[in-house]
Amino acid sequence: MKNKLGKQTFLYPLKPRIVGAYSIVGEKEGKGPMAKWFDMILEDDTFGEKTWEKSETKMLKQAILQALQKSGRDKEAIDAVLCGDLINQLMSSSFMARDLSIPFLGLYGACSTMTEAMILGSLMIDGGYASNVIVGASSHYCTAERQFRMPLEHGNQRPPSAQWTATAAAAMVLSEFDKGDAVVTQGQSMPQGQYVKELYITHATVGKIIDTGMKDVNQMGAAMAPAAVDTIIRHLTDTGREPGYYDLILTGDLGLIGKEIALDLLSGAGVEIADVFKDCGAMMYVKKQDTHSGGSGCGCSASIFSGYVYREMRLGKIKNALLISTGALLSTISSQQGESVPGIAHAVAVTTEGVK
Amino acid sequence: MAKKQQGQSKKPKKEVTKQYEQYVKQFTPRPKYVTNSLKAFAVGGLICTAALYIQNLLMDRGMSEKDAGTAVTVILVCSAQLLTGLGVFDSLAKYAGAGVIVPITGFANSMVAPAIEYKKEGPVLGVGAKLFSIAGPVLVCGISAGTIIGMIYYFVK
Repeated sequence: MKNKLGKQTFLYPLKPRIVGAYSIVGEKEGKGPMAKWFDMILEDDTFGEKTWEKSETKMLKQAILQALQKSGRDKEAIDAVLCGDLINQLMSSSFMARDLSIPFLGLYGACSTMTEAMILGSLMIDGGYASNVIVGASSHYCTAERQFRMPLEHGNQRPPSAQWTATAAAAMVLSEFDKGDAVVTQGQSMPQGQYVKELYITHATVGKIIDTGMKDVNQMGAAMAPAAVDTIIRHLTDTGREPGYYDLILTGDLGLIGKEIALDLLSGAGVEIADVFKDCGAMMYVKKQDTHSGGSGCGCSASIFSGYVYREMRLGKIKNALLISTGALLSTISSQQGESVPGIAHAVAVTTEGVK
Repeated sequence: MAKKQQGQSKKPKKEVTKQYEQYVKQFTPRPKYVTNSLKAFAVGGLICTAALYIQNLLMDRGMSEKDAGTAVTVILVCSAQLLTGLGVFDSLAKYAGAGVIVPITGFANSMVAPAIEYKKEGPVLGVGAKLFSIAGPVLVCGISAGTIIGMIYYFVK
């Protein structure tokens, strides 16, 4: 296999390029420390819709269409949309796609959906099956709460290890073409600078499911940390890279607790990445927003990749980034039947260097 | 990770999980049991004091003790429902915990919260089906336990 490195890593010789990205977040996320990086912040999480599901669908559609517009491409030029969310039967994604008229693949990877979509979208481009692909993911606090936990107005106390499902949707346009597009990157209150660097996806590592056997559904970070650690080590082994190669190793939503566990496990295995290691869940909110262990949900990592990472890389502040979305693949049924929480993590390597 | 893999080769899965749970504990902040209990005690006590005050007031105006008790229950349930509808109860419960969940106010909240949430799925299959989704299990267990204890009491007496 010429384009596979080691056990789990893909090499993309064609280096699919990220030509557009858009992120939209809810009110609470818009008050967090990452606010300046997002393209749009909702004033009202209903987004003018009657149900939370409709609101999430509209957010995702906004992200997809705006990312497409930013890429400077026609809808006809898009070969496929790959996207997913947390709601049963991928309601938000499928309903978003119903009047797009673009071939659609719905993906479920829990909170790891964004990198799963990026990996498969890049494969389609690299394999010659597509020229332009849109990848996206969304999550909404209110749709996730009512499906996985309690009605919103129910009074209860969340344990310190609980995480907050981010209300966020984001999309990126991947393309094989190197030139001939007009990339617009102006957001709401974007940091000033020269947005000139181009982003290329070079490698991806598909994760294995790692199940710690833990059954506590309020300990997602701890359930996913070993999967993230496994994928990071596997990626470094397969590519032969040192952790220092990356300016940023960014996990999806391990949260404050999961991040500490992952760092400790990695340093136990002799991989020191503390200088460059960040976690989207830990970055999304500040302590006074009272989200306990931080953010989670597909939209959490998707919006930070498409907002913060995309912009910082275009500015040239980050040259090589490894993005690892992490997912807890539980269902409401599995936890009631006493099953443990399986964790997964997929990694995508993005660079602005070494490509003509 | 290395620690875990060593464990896997020698020990059965359950042991590894136990070890990992222990390991995870050191990273997890413990809930603030003392402050939480104090808050619950204070707020719960306030609710009970207020209830008793209203009951006495009603009895002073000539209501029987039984009727006054019922009236107070109705007042507590109605105010909890109103606070839930206004979106205040969940913030209150986050602060006071068991203080507002254990009294009958918690029961009222557990009925109104699903009623608001599942209204979008329609009055019958939405609200009708989900109204008891939180209170139902509590009722079933409570009534079952009551029946069993009642039977024991009947025979032992």
